[in-house]
Amino acid sequence: MERGQLLSLSAVELGAAVRAGETTAVEAMEAVLGQIEESESIYHCYVTIDREAALEKAAQVQKKIEAGELTGPLAGVPVAVKDNLCTEGLLTTCASRILENFVPTYSAEAVRNLEKAGAVLVGKTNMDEFAMGSTTETSFYGETKNPCNPEHVPGGSSGGSAAAVAAGECFFALGSDTGGSIRQPASYCGVVGMKPTYGTVSRYGLVAYGSSLDQIGPLTKTVEDCAVVLEAIASHDPKDSTSIAREDTDFSGALVNDVKGMRFGIPRDYFGEGLDPEVRQAVLRAAELLKGQGAIVDEFDLSLVEYAIPTYYTIAAAEASSNLERFDGIKYGYRAQDAQGLHQMYKKTRSQGFGPEVKRRIMLGSFVLSSGYYDAYYLKALKVKAMIKKAFDRAFEKYDCILGPVAPTTAPKLGESLSDPMKMYLGDIYTISVNLAGLPGISVPCGKDSKGLPVGLQLIGDCFQEKKLIRAAYTYEQSSKGGKE
Amino acid sequence: MAKEYETVIGLEVHVELATRTKIFCGCSTAFGGRPNSHTCPVCTGMPGSLPVLNKKVLEYAVAVGLATNCNITRYCKFDRKNYFYPDNPQNYQISQLYLPICRDGYVEIDTEEGSKKVGIHEIHMEEDAGKLVHDEWEDCTLVDYNRSGVPLIEIVSEPDMRSAQEVIAYLEKLRLIIQYLGASDCKLQEGSMRADVNLSVREAGAEHFGTRTEMKNLNSFRAISRAIEGERARQIDLLEEGKAVVQETRRWDDAKETSYAMRSKEDAQDYRYFPDPDLVPVCISDEYLEEIKARQPEFRTEKMKRYREEFELPDYDIEIITGSKHMADLFEATVALGSQPKKVSNWLMGETLRLLKEKEMDPEEIRFSPENLGKLIALTENRAINSTVAKEVFEAMFQEDLDPERYVEEKGLKTVTDESALRRTVEEVIAANPQSVEDYRNGKEKAIGFLVGQTMKAMKGKADPAGVNRILKELLGH
Amino acid sequence: MGLKMANVISDETIEYVGILAKLELSGQEKEAAKKSMGEMLDYIDKLNELDTSDVEPMSHVFPVQNVFREDVVSNGDGSGSTLQNAPGAREDMFVVPRTFD
Repeated sequence: MERGQLLSLSAVELGAAVRAGETTAVEAMEAVLGQIEESESIYHCYVTIDREAALEKAAQVQKKIEAGELTGPLAGVPVAVKDNLCTEGLLTTCASRILENFVPTYSAEAVRNLEKAGAVLVGKTNMDEFAMGSTTETSFYGETKNPCNPEHVPGGSSGGSAAAVAAGECFFALGSDTGGSIRQPASYCGVVGMKPTYGTVSRYGLVAYGSSLDQIGPLTKTVEDCAVVLEAIASHDPKDSTSIAREDTDFSGALVNDVKGMRFGIPRDYFGEGLDPEVRQAVLRAAELLKGQGAIVDEFDLSLVEYAIPTYYTIAAAEASSNLERFDGIKYGYRAQDAQGLHQMYKKTRSQGFGPEVKRRIMLGSFVLSSGYYDAYYLKALKVKAMIKKAFDRAFEKYDCILGPVAPTTAPKLGESLSDPMKMYLGDIYTISVNLAGLPGISVPCGKDSKGLPVGLQLIGDCFQEKKLIRAAYTYEQSSKGGKE
Repeated sequence: MAKEYETVIGLEVHVELATRTKIFCGCSTAFGGRPNSHTCPVCTGMPGSLPVLNKKVLEYAVAVGLATNCNITRYCKFDRKNYFYPDNPQNYQISQLYLPICRDGYVEIDTEEGSKKVGIHEIHMEEDAGKLVHDEWEDCTLVDYNRSGVPLIEIVSEPDMRSAQEVIAYLEKLRLIIQYLGASDCKLQEGSMRADVNLSVREAGAEHFGTRTEMKNLNSFRAISRAIEGERARQIDLLEEGKAVVQETRRWDDAKETSYAMRSKEDAQDYRYFPDPDLVPVCISDEYLEEIKARQPEFRTEKMKRYREEFELPDYDIEIITGSKHMADLFEATVALGSQPKKVSNWLMGETLRLLKEKEMDPEEIRFSPENLGKLIALTENRAINSTVAKEVFEAMFQEDLDPERYVEEKGLKTVTDESALRRTVEEVIAANPQSVEDYRNGKEKAIGFLVGQTMKAMKGKADPAGVNRILKELLGH
Repeated sequence: MGLKMANVISDETIEYVGILAKLELSGQEKEAAKKSMGEMLDYIDKLNELDTSDVEPMSHVFPVQNVFREDVVSNGDGSGSTLQNAPGAREDMFVVPRTFD
């Protein structure tokens, strides 16, 4: 198969073509590497690519496919992995200087699950440093650009993963989502992205940002790919105490083009001030389309939406301040050379090793946990989190899915966001409460604005209800196809 | 006019639990091994690694809590204690602050004024830190994480103790309870039991406590006693001079018999505790508690009572034997193998205590098995060896737990019972020592002792002394 | 933005948090940190609009509990892997600047 044709395939289509002998894992990898050759200098999706290892691995996988040892839908499919997932023998930097030379001796459980499924690692994708940011501009290794328009950001923090999928520099990717870090870049880059229910994918080997909020998930070209990848990475892992034993992880079974009778709730509080009219229009159009397919669509008041961001930033910053203490120049990573004594070594290493956004959150997190402030800030946030969870519980008594935008706007221009962090934080308003409540959420492309930038539709489900999301997203995707072309 | 002062002491005791693996990962807790050989991503704080609680740690912590009359927290959690130090690879220690596993217990100790309750404020589970080795030559520090993540319980007492004697009695009591449970070997010297002393003084009769200090690095009962005396004197001196005691952590230097403040300006002592999001809560059911209760061993008081009734041993013996779990186990096992209780006790009270003292060992370090002690007792009972030989065999057995039967066989130590061989040797001794023979015959009764000794020597100690005596008297007297 | 600065962060606070977090900020960074931390705390203070007196703090979203490992040794000699990324190592140990005990 020629490259253009190959790259137009979805992950599942490619897997089928490899199994059918129409192409090979090596050919697929060569196509991806060729695309990287062509466009990576513009988009900068990756921090690390090991071409030789990727090709060698592809050849090994191809042999196993031919020997009948690998028969799954992702066997031979090139995958990109966010650089905060540990990969044995391959540099894992979290896009930070402080891990500039860290080569893990183990792979994240999600990565191992993909390897077992026969997917082949292309490289490690760029991200906001330690996943802190919404634009992939806080990376120590330079920003990633949006393949839909390189003057714009790809979103973040999994911006490299979203951009790599959009640019054809891989067939699918893994990201992590702490406050919207999969769904928002998926929305900005026009791909599908899903954050599963907390505990569905093992966090072992994911470099923690906000441990109680972090969850790994897929970024893909289609909803079908999303379901298949999620099925491959979901597992109960005894190494992760927060991992949940689920029996309903046959997500590809939920790829049903039918939403008749499904109840969708549109939270009025998601359509207030700050929402770009074009985004609003695109999302409401998607709701109409689902209605046309037999869905019951209703408006309701979710409540507490404006409290999600302060709650989130308190909890995430507190956990991050503790999670990032281990980066101290002793066991791995960057160490400042010019320090006198232990405490200076700590301070210099960390001050030189972390970027401004990471430092900002560590400072905030240390403060809200410090003596005299714990109850007022951290404990208070944990209580509001409980209230937010309750608000969702009430909504899911009435609805199968909550439907709304992923982000208030389409992708901003490069350099516009970092100057005003508060404004950047406000951009997380629709995604963040999903993490606080541990819920699954998916972002599906639902058209473009007048500048040609993609808009994402967000569907939120109750805990463990990924199948409803997949079914709704798949139905939307299938029925909107005709309209787009 | 000199004021009277009262010392108020509370203890924080850390005990390393006798699990096979660390608290949050599958690394061995065994001592020794190359530096960092018992490590993995979890106990060295590698990015992305996650902790999973060792089941056995909870069992031990609950067992100790029950044995010290604590309330067991039915819903408990782990918290992170954040502070930067190289022995702590994550720069936070996983511990328990808000919901510790045990609360509000007590143990009873014996004091000069009678029995007294020392309250236990709480017991919590936590992880141990790694080891720092100071390299004076290169002026740097080396870090070994083999001990990082070894499970600990910290037992926090109420400020109920008033003297070094009470502190020692409390520690002895805790140590016995924990040893009886098999939860730890509790060796102060090796660090499997560590005590931090919180001490304040106040004028006798004062209503409120004085300002306390915390003393660390106390690794023997002697050091604890001296540190308490030293700190008490230091605080009283301060107060007498009209100065204030500063609340601080001090490190005891036992060699110099003095303590010094450990704090630097880089230690804010603000640990920013918060619930560890990587670990889930522990919920304790009634069934679980009943299960642990059912498995609790017989503790010392019950054991002493039983020994009195079942074995009719003197109180002194009972006191000594039950004073060490290991010795009590050894005693019971040897008796179970058929030896007479008093005979077993005699070996423990006599030779065993003598050798322990001589070698400065703990009863817990006794290595010989009940089987071998039983065999040795049988050998003496059958008069197969005499008591002098028995002591020699015992000493060898004490050193390396060898089989006394084989040892006696291999070394040819069996008592010679062949009458003709004995008689021949006695005759030779008489012939070789005419002076002693004459002395004896002249009424110097003591001279026979010398001749017995010479005979024993000629027989390399393997003769039955009573037999030698009989034959000598027979040959000399008539 | 027109936010009122209800939380005024002092130099001492920034200094103190810097000690806790082991971060050393330059003069410029300090000013920026004071401003942004103040803004964030003002924003977080919004949570005080909510009455949470009857609410239990929620650290875990799901009632997952009692997750244990068996007490079985599952790791072999890990020193090679452990030290592989060390910025400084000697005699199988990590090298750090001298600590004062």
